[in-house]
Amino acid sequence: MRNFGGKVLFLDRSDINTDEIIPARYLTEMTKAALKPYLLEDLALEEFDAARDLAGVGTIVTRANFGCGSSREHAPWALEANGIHLVIAESFARIFRQNMFNCGLMAVALAPETIARLFERFSGRATRVAVDFPGMLFEFTSEGIREEVPFTLAPFDRALVEAGGWVEYADQRY
Amino acid sequence: MGLTIAEKIFDAHRVDRPAEGIETIRLDAVFCHEITTPIAINDLMARGKDRVFDPGRIKAVIDHVTPAKDSKTASQGKVLRDWARRHGITDFFDIGRNGVCHALFPEKGFVRPGDTIIMGDSHTCTLGAFGAFAAGVGTTDLEVGILKGVCAFRTPRTIRIDITGTLPEGVFAKDVILSIIGRLGVDGATDHIIEFDGPVVSAMSMEARMTLCNMAIEAGATCGICRPDQATVDYLWPFIENAYANHQAALEDFKSWWPDPDAVYAETLVCDVSDLEPLATFGYKPDQVRPVREMGDVVVDQVYIGSCTNGRIEDLRAAAAVLRGRRIHPSLRAILSPATPKVFRQALAEGLIEVFMEAGFCVTNPTCGACLGMSNGVLAEGEVCASTTNRNFPGRMGKGGMVHLVSPATAAATAVAGRLTSARDLR
Ligand code: SF4
Repeated sequence: MRNFGGKVLFLDRSDINTDEIIPARYLTEMTKAALKPYLLEDLALEEFDAARDLAGVGTIVTRANFGCGSSREHAPWALEANGIHLVIAESFARIFRQNMFNCGLMAVALAPETIARLFERFSGRATRVAVDFPGMLFEFTSEGIREEVPFTLAPFDRALVEAGGWVEYADQRY
Repeated sequence: MGLTIAEKIFDAHRVDRPAEGIETIRLDAVFCHEITTPIAINDLMARGKDRVFDPGRIKAVIDHVTPAKDSKTASQGKVLRDWARRHGITDFFDIGRNGVCHALFPEKGFVRPGDTIIMGDSHTCTLGAFGAFAAGVGTTDLEVGILKGVCAFRTPRTIRIDITGTLPEGVFAKDVILSIIGRLGVDGATDHIIEFDGPVVSAMSMEARMTLCNMAIEAGATCGICRPDQATVDYLWPFIENAYANHQAALEDFKSWWPDPDAVYAETLVCDVSDLEPLATFGYKPDQVRPVREMGDVVVDQVYIGSCTNGRIEDLRAAAAVLRGRRIHPSLRAILSPATPKVFRQALAEGLIEVFMEAGFCVTNPTCGACLGMSNGVLAEGEVCASTTNRNFPGRMGKGGMVHLVSPATAAATAVAGRLTSARDLR
């Protein structure tokens, strides 16, 4: 199983699509590592600077429908290549969400109120999140403030995270 | 309790329920192209699992960048080509026979009502036009599909959209689906299948139904799906004539996939298209839609006609009808990529290619090309394109470029006027 958590990047926008996460012009790459420099290159978000804002990040917190658009698994790979194993959002597009779990990464949905509160309390500050996987609990911390947020994973998603992905899981089972 | 089309298909293909709400289904076909499949192939090789579940059920094409534009795209094509040879995948379409996957594979008769199909491409939902469950997946799902012939999905939930009224002259399936996306929003159908039904769909050609289903993913849907009917039988007849005594027998068989009258839907919408106008997108999301007439003065640098949304023969006919006897505006450039060799040939035979060339269009070989900004018409920073494709995301057709999604008729009218214009308003 992967390490989850780390420094948090807040992306305050809904409907961030996979073309923004990793533009099609880089789909000629055939290794995950080669995608690293291009993550979020086309993100339409004011004041976002990929070079500055992605350094050291382990988790993204964002709004609704993250990962819509193309089916490219390059999107989770580009995240993974940058050490981002966890995305927390109000909701996800189906294929992106499945791709994350298929890779053994996590795409966790939280209630819109919870996401709104996390943005209010933590965005714009240096924030980290620790993940208690067996306990299904996030712990957000930033200079003196802290918040625990429980989360749930469907049994199948949990099995994929524990198995490290869908290929091994399916090859044993079918 | 009655069943929807997708529920019937899942019932006929279920092999496992690995967890609550998850169903693993057997796949009738796995389709592949050179952008998402080579990584799957390389990964399977690295895992020592370079096998395929059934070479006869795997179809592959090089379509996104073809002819190869550089060494990297040449390598992607080579990985796919070598793999197809190695595993005896005979339905492999290389340059000379290749075209945009979702237009090519139906044309070859690879899709049947009731089929289950996956592909590492989000617009696989196009094939639901035939009454099949066809879903785009990522590379890992694709790998497992190639290896085992199965894929896991959430238990299907269906939104039914009844399209009623009469489609006005000069308004097309593209305008219908844009209006539906505008209404549902880009995540309005996430994790759902959209069943398109009603008199307008019944009256549509298979080409128009493909346009409709193609953009179901733009509302987040897993698949768009239409009930297979006489039009489906007629389209598929050359491929199924040995299987059925006559058209009627085929239709009776196809009807077994029809939704039950008491099927249960997550939601049912009625969409009356009688007053629909030609539409265009105005922002960077496909649900940002308004009538072309209300777009204001939008100067366009490039017009693109092609793609799995609108690169089929009917689309070329609609555009050529607008272009005949006219020339494109001197301030812009225009590109046509027929979706498949068959479309290209037919357009030649019907004199349509002549119309496009007379008008000043560049005609390219069948390919995805400009649609995803990889080749054959990439936009420069700050440029604006009116395009018959399906995505207006930032950078989609080139970094810093802006895309307005429109029907082929609107694209053609825009090419003539130099600014966003519907064919109705073209003087
Ligand atoms: S034409 Fe465009 S949308 Fe369709 S498969 Fe090709 S790249 Fe994707």
